[in-house]
Amino acid sequence: MTQTRCTDQVILDLWHPLAAVSELPVGVVVDTVLLEERLSLAADSAGKAAVWRSRPEIAADNPVDIAALGGTLPVKIAYGYVWTSLGNPPADIFPIPEYAEADRRRLNAATLGVNVSAPRAIENFLDMGHFPYVHTDILGAEPHTEVKEYDVEISVDRDEILATRCRFFQPMASTASDGGADVDYIYRVPHPYCSVLYKSSPLDESRLDVIAVFLQPVDQEHVRAHMMLCVLDEDNEDKVIKRFQQTIFGQDKPILENQFPKRLPLDPRAETPIRADKSAIAYRRWLSQKGVTYGVIPAAT
Amino acid sequence: MITLYDYELSGNCYKLRLLMGMLGVEWKTVPVDFYPGREHKSDWFLKINPLGQLPVIDDDGLVLRDAQAILVYLASKYDASGTWYPRDNPALLGEISQWLAFADGITGTASAARLHDALFYDFDVEAARAGAHRLFRILDEHLWFGEQEGRNWICSASQPTIADIACFPYIMLSEEGGIPRQDYPAIRRWCDRVKRLKGFSVMSGVFPAGPAKAA
Repeated sequence: MTQTRCTDQVILDLWHPLAAVSELPVGVVVDTVLLEERLSLAADSAGKAAVWRSRPEIAADNPVDIAALGGTLPVKIAYGYVWTSLGNPPADIFPIPEYAEADRRRLNAATLGVNVSAPRAIENFLDMGHFPYVHTDILGAEPHTEVKEYDVEISVDRDEILATRCRFFQPMASTASDGGADVDYIYRVPHPYCSVLYKSSPLDESRLDVIAVFLQPVDQEHVRAHMMLCVLDEDNEDKVIKRFQQTIFGQDKPILENQFPKRLPLDPRAETPIRADKSAIAYRRWLSQKGVTYGVIPAAT
Repeated sequence: MITLYDYELSGNCYKLRLLMGMLGVEWKTVPVDFYPGREHKSDWFLKINPLGQLPVIDDDGLVLRDAQAILVYLASKYDASGTWYPRDNPALLGEISQWLAFADGITGTASAARLHDALFYDFDVEAARAGAHRLFRILDEHLWFGEQEGRNWICSASQPTIADIACFPYIMLSEEGGIPRQDYPAIRRWCDRVKRLKGFSVMSGVFPAGPAKAA
């Protein structure tokens, strides 16, 4: 087994996203970095992909026949992305059943490089308190600043965090909105570096839009953030839906990049939470219980 | 009406949104999927701008490219006060042109570093950052000496000019390219003055100024 720079076995054994399939050129080598390791990947015309540790003889931008490659890493195509693992990954990636619903728009809003640790980015994604201040007049607006009581549980059988009964007033919840509304939210954290958000669809009150952030840890303090959209929208072009999400993420970016310390402290005494941070507290505890050390400052034992 | 071919996260597009907002000019937006779609290199867009760059405006059939050039046009045509681009003041026009070129230098360095870090452009990021610091040092000194003489803006005028608009976005976004501004206090004060101008608007990555201190 090759020695890896990351020694956190929990993280090594996970599936990690590398790139949106829709953006991969067919049969051409693309380079990336995962957990400080240089990797290469390529897709073929049938939608299959291969990932391998970069080799000098197979350089980026060159053609490659992935069927002829040996010594490749585990690979999966899920939710529009190529995923790999540097350890012994589970058989399946966490489920997002809504992704299979045929009438949804499924897009990679963008893959953006962010100077932040993956756990800090997940924690920000879970936070509703910043909506009126950072996403002013889109996901929140003063004076509607209160984060109302919501429920958080760590689901033992699914091994994921679930925050439910979240509700927030949003002036423009999505591209399909025609005005302000109280929006219901559900957050899932089914993977230490991935989170899935469900929010009321302005088009169909019985269904929820799905927005996920899949973080590719480049190193402990840098990520490539892949933003998956799986939403109901009958009117807007793809690029309009992408632009909406990029606008929001672009507002978060300077906040994420100015977090200090950059790694997420897991010691409960390190930072002072308020009631609205309930899901963040559960997330930190869950990471501690799993024994995650990569991208965090573990609690003193 | 003006049509702006626009990408939300582009500082060069933001220059035009900023000035049009301050001038009270209305426009409509055609979104261009610069990233990840690379729509600015698509056939339809190359017919509008063969350079494959944003922004572009179309004002009743007049198609213009290049952020600085468009600032000159917008201020000349739509600024009734005549202060943003004072056409009757040759010395000031010379100064403005000098700093518009300087703004292009900021795009070539600070914006390049940001494209490298956020959108994975294959640039020499260390060279880009060093280049940005060199320009920021020059601008910081210029602004500092200006403050000593009671001048608030980049050019020698009592009102801001399009030179301020042209330099502002990629300075404000510099941290996204790993270029901190702590060492440039005069730049930071000038940024706050720009943010307090009437009609100021933000883009993703740029926040409004806090309330001004009572004088």
